[in-house]
Amino acid sequence: MNPDEWTWVLGIPVLVPFAGAALALLLARLPAAQRVVSLVTLTIVLLDAIFIGYLSLRGPFILDVGGWAAPVGITLVADRLSALMLMVSVFVTLCVLVYSFTQDLAENQRLPIAVFQPTFLILSAGVSNAFLTGDLFNLYVGFEILLVASFALITLGSTRERIRSGTVYVIVSVVSSAIFLIALAMVYAALGTVNMAQIAIRVSEIDQGTAQLIQVMLFVAFGVKAAIFPLHAWLPDSYPTAPAPVTAVFAGLLTKVGIYAIIRTQTTLFSNSNLNGVLQVFGLVTMVVGIMGAVAQDDIKRLLSFTLVSHIGFMLWGVGIGTVEGLTAAIFYTGHHIIVQTALFLVSGLMERVGGSTSLVKLGSLLKSWPLLGALFLIPAFNLAGIPPMSGFLGKLGLIEASVAVGRPLDWGLVAGGLLTSLLTLYALMRAWSMAFWQPSEDDEVSKPQVPWTMTGATIALVAASLGLTVFAGPIYAYARGGAIELRAQAPYVVAVLPDAERGTGQSHTEAAEEQDSPTTSPTPVVPPLGTPSSWSTPSPSSGGAP
Amino acid sequence: MIDVSPSLALLVLVGVMVGCGTVLVLERSLSRIVIGVSLITYGINVMVLMAGGRAGGPPIIGQTEVEEMADSLPQAMVLTAIVIGLALTAFMLAMAYRTWQLNGNDEVQDDREDRRIALAAARDAVDERATDDSGATLDEQAAIVFDETEDMPAIEGSDDKSERSQQRGGGAQ
Repeated sequence: MNPDEWTWVLGIPVLVPFAGAALALLLARLPAAQRVVSLVTLTIVLLDAIFIGYLSLRGPFILDVGGWAAPVGITLVADRLSALMLMVSVFVTLCVLVYSFTQDLAENQRLPIAVFQPTFLILSAGVSNAFLTGDLFNLYVGFEILLVASFALITLGSTRERIRSGTVYVIVSVVSSAIFLIALAMVYAALGTVNMAQIAIRVSEIDQGTAQLIQVMLFVAFGVKAAIFPLHAWLPDSYPTAPAPVTAVFAGLLTKVGIYAIIRTQTTLFSNSNLNGVLQVFGLVTMVVGIMGAVAQDDIKRLLSFTLVSHIGFMLWGVGIGTVEGLTAAIFYTGHHIIVQTALFLVSGLMERVGGSTSLVKLGSLLKSWPLLGALFLIPAFNLAGIPPMSGFLGKLGLIEASVAVGRPLDWGLVAGGLLTSLLTLYALMRAWSMAFWQPSEDDEVSKPQVPWTMTGATIALVAASLGLTVFAGPIYAYARGGAIELRAQAPYVVAVLPDAERGTGQSHTEAAEEQDSPTTSPTPVVPPLGTPSSWSTPSPSSGGAP
Repeated sequence: MIDVSPSLALLVLVGVMVGCGTVLVLERSLSRIVIGVSLITYGINVMVLMAGGRAGGPPIIGQTEVEEMADSLPQAMVLTAIVIGLALTAFMLAMAYRTWQLNGNDEVQDDREDRRIALAAARDAVDERATDDSGATLDEQAAIVFDETEDMPAIEGSDDKSERSQQRGGGAQ
């Protein structure tokens, strides 16, 4: 199958959820129809994402949106990293959607349920757009789409507590977007482009101090989104008050979009980065500080929020190592963490449903009242802590191996920090386990709770997926490794977007008419495309073409 | 190609707007934060426009010489950013109004749960149910575990060892 004929599938993860959201909003008075629309929409996107994953095996492929050539128009690019993130994120979103179907029964009745599903679909569109885009400004737009959707979701019902925590979340997000926008202005002023592939070509041509400034600005902007210490304080404050499905999908996806953007910046945009050491230091501190916070909490959702912050550090660690092995482990760990963290938050929602509280002090006897819930909690908990042979262990093993192979003092420090964090994760989660599941509850009545099968089923699906990640760890790890090699080489991505290092495969004025008439030439003196494009593979000019 | 060296006046304008905005964002009152965020985003919008160089003629072939054309890409980006800024401002204003409705003010509040844990840690207080099954506090447990000495502090309802172990055994079920 020739990927060039199938480039249009890249538009589906962005377009279809938007269409579905519009339709769902029109059906606001018919909850059942709304559910069908959302379910069908996300199922289509999931199938499409798997197909994109299959196509990406042959290397990155692109869609010039509207047929406009690359540096001028917006490009959607799917390389292995994007495809993997897309597959995992859509799968998780679908599970959470199914879980949320019975939310109106679980939460109080005043929630504006009609808004929930359209907003949820828009969130999915934003996340997909952020993963697929090959244009830095479009990444900003993707961020804004998912942020605005998340604002609506986190303040759902606008109760006092949600407005309070939502305020903090909104302000922090808006400020981080402002930083991102400043970085974009700098990128355009310095490089005359916001296309990622073209940035990659031109960045070696400009003053290295300027390049580093841009890189740091982007890192700060993405660092807020990814909740890296010391920019993490908003997360444990704002996430726990939202409804369980919302918290779950935020925890799984939103911070990972930040991590994805950091990986892109560190590999595709700035390939020879000297920020790797800084990244590792921040990774180490995030791991340790985050888990210290988790140990202190006695509310299950807050505890999980802190473990989320802590485990972001592992991904930074992998990116910071800078080798293919490190990057592979980081990508694998990101995929693993999306699934496991979401599963844990869904389980915490079930615990709230059964025990009537998220406070570990109040919860108790859950094992006696519902043994299945115990299994559903224990499996992702062990997985997160990294008990062999689960996927968390494999990811951490990969990180440690990559670190040891490099063997600088900082790497050994990270190995120690990572092991300590894993141990403390286990401690924090087992403490939660003994308090919520073993400890006798205050009121000694033990009754089998009424839990809708959609909630249980979605949670089981996610836990099963996390186990599937363990069973099929070999092929998935190999896929992630292919993605890491692609990212490190940098050329496949750039060539896919800009075959001749100047223009993409779509139509633009330059192709039709003579060069100097182009109204869209960059304002900076045109830099000759370096990075030795001639040594890259030269694709035939006839290949591709706008659909 | 038009001149791309930045104008000092615009640079000062960006600095003042973003600076004032930053001060306002650090305030407690949500309405001031909204104004601050607006100032910051407008300042940055001007900055993005500056990234495209000096203002030129409309970028339409046949109407303007290529050398005199304005760069249209930053303008397109700024338009997008303005629209996003508008939506965010509207949302934040709605949120400020809702906060005022609920609390009678629009102040951003601290995380209460966080303060509770911090205060509990400062008092060295541990919730009874957070300790162990028998309901004994950490101090009492320590006394039970290290009970070689006879003059240990008496624990409620457990005056001798057998009763204590019974209590522990009973609680563990």
